[in-house]
Amino acid sequence: MTPVSSKLYADDVSLLMVLIDTNPFFWNSAQSTLPFSKFLTHVLAFLNSILLLNKMNQVVVIAAGYNSCGYIFDSSDPQNQNKRAEDLLHKLEEFVDNDQEICREESVDGPGFSLLSGSLSMALCCILFFLFIALRCMDVQLNYANIFRGSFEQCHFILSHGYYAYMDLQMDLDSIYVAIMNSIFSAQRSMNPSVSMVIVLLADENQGQLQVPIDSCVLGAQHSAFLQQASYITGGVYLKPQIFDGLFQYLSTVFATDLHSRCFLQLPKPAGVDFRASCFCHKNTIDMGYICSVCLSIFCKHQKKCSTCGSVFGQAQTQNSSTTPDRKMKTPVDG
Amino acid sequence: MNKDANFLPESTFKISNEDSICRCIAHEKPKAYSTTLGRVVLDKEEKCLTKRLNTKIVFITQEMQRQRRLRTTTAARIQKGLIRYLYIVIDLSRAAGEMDYKPSRMVVVARQVEAFIREFFDQNPLSQVGLVTLKDGVANSLTSLGGSPESHIKALMGKLTSSGDASLQNGLDLVQSLLNQVPSYGHREVLILYSALSTCDPGEIIETIQKCKASKIRCSVIGLSAELYICKYLCQETGGSYSVALDEFHLKELIFEHAPPPPAIAEFAVANLIKMGFPQRAAEGVISICSCHKEAKVGGGYTCPRCKARVCELPTECQICGLTLVSSPHLARSYHHLFPITPFDDVTPSATNNPNKLPKICFGCQLSLLNPGNMPAPCVSCPKCEQFFCLDCDIYIHESLHNCPGCESFRHSKLVVA
Repeated sequence: MTPVSSKLYADDVSLLMVLIDTNPFFWNSAQSTLPFSKFLTHVLAFLNSILLLNKMNQVVVIAAGYNSCGYIFDSSDPQNQNKRAEDLLHKLEEFVDNDQEICREESVDGPGFSLLSGSLSMALCCILFFLFIALRCMDVQLNYANIFRGSFEQCHFILSHGYYAYMDLQMDLDSIYVAIMNSIFSAQRSMNPSVSMVIVLLADENQGQLQVPIDSCVLGAQHSAFLQQASYITGGVYLKPQIFDGLFQYLSTVFATDLHSRCFLQLPKPAGVDFRASCFCHKNTIDMGYICSVCLSIFCKHQKKCSTCGSVFGQAQTQNSSTTPDRKMKTPVDG
Repeated sequence: MNKDANFLPESTFKISNEDSICRCIAHEKPKAYSTTLGRVVLDKEEKCLTKRLNTKIVFITQEMQRQRRLRTTTAARIQKGLIRYLYIVIDLSRAAGEMDYKPSRMVVVARQVEAFIREFFDQNPLSQVGLVTLKDGVANSLTSLGGSPESHIKALMGKLTSSGDASLQNGLDLVQSLLNQVPSYGHREVLILYSALSTCDPGEIIETIQKCKASKIRCSVIGLSAELYICKYLCQETGGSYSVALDEFHLKELIFEHAPPPPAIAEFAVANLIKMGFPQRAAEGVISICSCHKEAKVGGGYTCPRCKARVCELPTECQICGLTLVSSPHLARSYHHLFPITPFDDVTPSATNNPNKLPKICFGCQLSLLNPGNMPAPCVSCPKCEQFFCLDCDIYIHESLHNCPGCESFRHSKLVVA
């Protein structure tokens, strides 16, 4: 049997993970001019359009709530093909109720942050899972086997891309910075399964370079620095729509494009991504600072001792020591 | 066809390229390499057998990986050397032209070093790498310490020829003199990829080793032919690691073990505050003269906060004022070394007292954790949030993601979900 060229399938098929922020403190606050129900109608229409674009497109919806994250919808699930919208809404409602029940706090100052890092991590695991199905062709233990097995006999490799759209609404916090950055870097790296597993039989030259672009659609009042960085680092699109009534138009023209088409489409470019760091002592944004060589904490002023790791600085006063920051140093910092 | 899934006659496969050689069929090493670039062709009968083999291979590799990872990582927060200055010493002596690795040892080594350099800068963005070659009894510095992977790779792939003897002492002398110029907060390391079985030295190598030890350089060696006593002695004295590669895959594994930062010995590097700048990205459409290429460029660069010169990429050192320029994601790439996640525990079905608490689906990817017939499949669980994960997610989480989805998905992570 001669293998069908996988290029025929690889460029138009996509796996879309949609992360919806259901933070009730935002949706009910004065900042949001779009009611949640209207927002959901736009999103449902968008999901349908994705599924219509190509027979083999898959969509998975994950909700990021205030206290928990969970899977809401998976288009590769063979049950209930006719009542998908009802299922999705039903599950979303259950999720939100659940989220409220496990809330332990009496009241919250301001909107509070949603669990972006948790939902991103789950989505990345799910993408890897779909990738493994595509490569392994195992039909023993998996729910999704029936959908994919037929396709495998005809072409060697289906799913080559995955990407996200995220609806974010609220402020960012430093406390979840590390977790979010970890997820972003993992999405940026090529998810190369042959590094971690030996996949012999379906090795194909297209496999291996799978980058997951993170697109963001921000509906809040302010720009989200985390999502700007995420989109920039992973090669996705960052958009802050101005007119919410036309949200479906933004979604379908910008975010519904598959990865192959993005090479020749003119998509919104970021105006400027702010990569500056904030110092650990005052939380100010700084553009020049001092870094502890042990734990990489950032300080705006020279200190004797690192407050994070406790190391005492500059016991050997070398010429690189930063006790004289103003004098122009001749010696380069690096060799 | 033999029913034992562990054995398949070699004629069944045409291996598509060297990197997809199946290595883990129980304890066997592949006996012959095939470099034909034919595609894998299977007919229907072979597919069933290969599917079973596939499952078994997958399971064996997962287990091997987990065991290896558990051996090498601990959950404790050990101080790691995050700012590293690493020299890679590549042996290009006569022995590197041997063809036991296809096409020849030095080509294989060069390929692996290229992949390693990329991985190294991915995991250690603030570190620097330099290359040294050993050829004809002398050591030459191929590239000096720098933070950009492309220049090293280009120099390495330039012209690979092997001749003469390898001299370990000359290599160590050169590296030691180069690393002495490095600032004191950096960790000094050397990785030697040694193919030869002997070393041709001008003097007393033991003295050189003692000098390296006094300069606090951590030397590690990866041998390609056999174990040598002098390499073992070198690694023991300086606190590095010595291993000998069995085949190309093993070589790749051994080299990649050096990518994550090693545990730091406190006296080796003095803690210091390093002044760094965080440049902003210039707006699209701004025209300025770039200081690295010395020509006018439109948009898309970074502006040094101290002297306002334009640089093309980060991390780098400003050519005009000497300030180290990084962006905050570069620092964030190293944070997972400082806050490692706890290894997951194995879940044995007999250990759970309550049959209702058996895991049904993996929390990360929703894979069903029950084999047909309601038998529990192998899975792991996080000790903090008590969620269950399948083995694939476990490997991915610990090798790439560094975040437990369970702990991140619940605001109050001690919560047990019914």
